Amino acid sequence: MKYALLIYSNDTGWDSLSEDEQSAIYGEYAAISGSAGIIGGQELAGSETATTVRVQDGKTLTTDGPFAETKESLGGFFLFEADDLDAALELAARIPAARRGGAIEVRPVVEH
Amino acid sequence: MLASLIGFLGDFDRAEEAAQEAFAIAAERWPRDGVPDSPGAWLQTTARNRAIDRIRRERTLDAKTRQLEVPEHVEEDVDESTFPDERLELIFTCCHPALALDGQVALTLRTLGGLTTEEIARAFLVPEATMAQRLVRAKQKIRAAGIPFRVPADHLLPDRLAAVLAVVYLVFNEGYAGRGELAAEAIRLGQALETLMPDEPEVHGLVALMLLVDARREARLRDGDLVLLPDQDRELWDDAQLGRGRAALERAFALQGRGPYVVQAAIAALHAGEPIDWPQIAALYGELHRLTRSPVVELNRAVAVAEVEGPLAGLEIVDSLDLDGYHYLHAARAELLSRLNRVAEARAAYARALELVHADHERRFLERKLAAL
Repeated sequence: MKYALLIYSNDTGWDSLSEDEQSAIYGEYAAISGSAGIIGGQELAGSETATTVRVQDGKTLTTDGPFAETKESLGGFFLFEADDLDAALELAARIPAARRGGAIEVRPVVEH
Repeated sequence: MLASLIGFLGDFDRAEEAAQEAFAIAAERWPRDGVPDSPGAWLQTTARNRAIDRIRRERTLDAKTRQLEVPEHVEEDVDESTFPDERLELIFTCCHPALALDGQVALTLRTLGGLTTEEIARAFLVPEATMAQRLVRAKQKIRAAGIPFRVPADHLLPDRLAAVLAVVYLVFNEGYAGRGELAAEAIRLGQALETLMPDEPEVHGLVALMLLVDARREARLRDGDLVLLPDQDRELWDDAQLGRGRAALERAFALQGRGPYVVQAAIAALHAGEPIDWPQIAALYGELHRLTRSPVVELNRAVAVAEVEGPLAGLEIVDSLDLDGYHYLHAARAELLSRLNRVAEARAAYARALELVHADHERRFLERKLAAL
């Protein structure tokens, strides 16, 4: 099965990390990217760069910012091919955002 | 039987359907043709073959059916040992932490306990439609999210076993709160786990705990009213069951068990002792608190400490706890205050407990205590 691991990160505290600490975390992400079963994934630019689009009655409404204002924002994702949910949950627990005040949402990918 | 079918078919609904069909066929044929040599295996085989036929039929109708390879018909000539016992895989699937807790409980009782949806709904005091919905949601998530049907790997086992035991204990406590059939069901589930995982001390600890607590069931209520431990008629205790509980506790100790269920069972065994060893109980509650960090455990320790060092020492612990919404805290406070002859404060504490209590027999108990002040 394919799973999307949606990374909701909480960036408070990131700036107070030393350069070494930050690069260690980047290193962890790189290691996960190279893990067996990872078939895609991207880091997203910050939610302050997001624009939300809705169409109502044929009219496009464009607003600044993400759809929902929360402390955690979608910071990136991995696509992971795994035998079952347990494998995806284990990988999710390795993602640094999960222990840094964020959360990983694990969703099966629908295959048509 | 259901566990093995679910393992074989990878689908809860298909397995239930197939089992029902097999029983229906047996009900028709056995009286006519006689009972087969291996009735269990006969039912398994029939159910599997029926399910395979059904999948084949649906295949033809709908090429998009998401079943994997359709297995071949199983041989007709089989004995009981042909089919593996897959109850352990099943319980780990039913109690997977990716399922909502109420769904875990419902699914465990439905598939392992064999209770009907209506029985589970009645036991948990929810409408049958609500319970059916819970079951549907849990089964759909198992399929859609790819929750595996297997015993977790060793490094995951402690956490996952804790989740299984929590479900069993939750069922037991529902039963203890008044619905006895659930307590019996929880004990049966626990004993099945003992057979399936004989080397896990916490499993024996949980079974010991349930047996020891449940053995005092008859003495716990008198004419529907709550009777506290010191006032219970020991003649009403089920000595045979206490013995089985102590034996399970010994098994846990022999495996070097010292987890939360083992410690709770040890406390329950001491409660059934004569005389009651309160200093040891207080020490075990201290140990349990270090394991669980639960303020409810501290409340229990306070009660034990009051027996050893006097009500004031107990009250000091009670007053340090942040459990204002918990009626047992106020009931315990009231009891300690009344022992200290602080009647007005005791009354206020009973009144607060009465605001929070739900179960009728506990309410009547508190009202009697308040009236006796």
